[in-house]
Amino acid sequence: MADKHKHKSKYTADRGIPGAFEGETVTRRRFMTGSANVAGIVAAGAFTLPALAFALGPIFKEEPHRWETIGLVGDFPENNYVSVVVTITTGVGEVGKTTAYVRRRNPAIDTDRYDLKTPYIAISSRCAHVGCPVRWVDAAERFVCPCHGGVYDLLGRRVSGPPQRPLDRFPTRVRGEYVHLYTGRFSVNSQLRRFSPRDPGEPLDGIGQYLYPSRPSVRKP
Amino acid sequence: MPSALKAPPPRPGEANGGVTSADRAKEAGITVVDWVDERTSLSGATRWILFRKVPKGTNWFYTLGSATLFAFLSQAVTGVFLAMFYRPDAAGGAYESIRNITDNVFLGQFVRGMHLWGASVMVVLVFLHMARTFLWGAYKYPRELNWVIGVVLLILTLVMALTGYLLPFDQRAYWATVVANNITATGPLIGPYLGDFLRGGPEFGATTLSRFYSIHMLLVPGLIAALIGAHLYLVTKLGTTAPPWLKPDEPSTLSEAEV
Repeated sequence: MADKHKHKSKYTADRGIPGAFEGETVTRRRFMTGSANVAGIVAAGAFTLPALAFALGPIFKEEPHRWETIGLVGDFPENNYVSVVVTITTGVGEVGKTTAYVRRRNPAIDTDRYDLKTPYIAISSRCAHVGCPVRWVDAAERFVCPCHGGVYDLLGRRVSGPPQRPLDRFPTRVRGEYVHLYTGRFSVNSQLRRFSPRDPGEPLDGIGQYLYPSRPSVRKP
Repeated sequence: MPSALKAPPPRPGEANGGVTSADRAKEAGITVVDWVDERTSLSGATRWILFRKVPKGTNWFYTLGSATLFAFLSQAVTGVFLAMFYRPDAAGGAYESIRNITDNVFLGQFVRGMHLWGASVMVVLVFLHMARTFLWGAYKYPRELNWVIGVVLLILTLVMALTGYLLPFDQRAYWATVVANNITATGPLIGPYLGDFLRGGPEFGATTLSRFYSIHMLLVPGLIAALIGAHLYLVTKLGTTAPPWLKPDEPSTLSEAEV
């Protein structure tokens, strides 16, 4: 019993370890092993953590957007869409461009209170299913997606097919005679309530807005 | 012939001069191998890997793993040479560099074709190899870990297929990647962040292509090579399984004469 107690002493000298110093609690061998391990972890972390942060950085960086002139105030009718090409991402040529469908706000149909502040309705051509480009079919008054058959009405609300929510929109404003479009989208749910932009395929009704949270890289314009 | 290489004159009593230069050449080869082996003991490892006992009934289905390995090696070699001409430039350079490989580079169309079709061949072979392992019951004790490594290799192979699909940067590549990315983003809670991570931002941009290129040619090939090493080590360590239709031999009864 006494031996066991002696063995548990915090002093290496009491534990009978060869070469122990007076008052020493950790053997030099053990201390050296620990230091080498810590040095290895620090050295590995010194290149792993910056590399990881470098790879993960874009998640937290907000994409810059700006107002782009898309035409004159008289260019856009109330009941039909005019397509405009805007540059969402600069510096990558054609890849950074996308098509938006624009019409003047029609007080008879654009009754949602969020539309009142927007003089022009600009619908993103990015399908809300998995992101293929929809086109406006004039005769049917529908947006139609070529990939999986998503169909949307004049307001961009889903009529049929797999999409989970209406088409995204762009903010617009009028400056003098010119119509400006802000290149940052916003998403809407089936009641056309505005949300910060979500990727396609992410529903915004009910629990959807919580399952697919807003991201730091995009903000509600 | 230099005098050093000439056979020494026959010693008295020897019949035909003894050592010829052919014998010396043979001896030189053996000496080099011996020199390396003495310092590495590689001959033991080689014997361990290559001269294993295999079960009775081993047949052509057992070559599917090697076939997958050679498909990977083919992808690696052709990929290295394609990378010498490819430019991951989203503003049009990527597409042009692929067109240059196909139209101008000597054998470029052939090498690119090997890489393109070889990718499909590799995926098909991986699944056949997996089916063989499953149907033979070769994933059972003690080979479960090798099955797990194999599943990780399958996922990495599919990551290679996905990231490689974008690189030609034509309409099909672009839209397929947009769709794949958006499908990734539909995972609840972390999906949106995963989508941003893959794209390198909220929109498809210049970083997306270079990201996919880097994952395709640096990150995943290294992981695959390392895991193939582990996979093969376990195969040699544990041996292969006999086909399921082979029953173990009945314990032989001792005959009267043997007693």
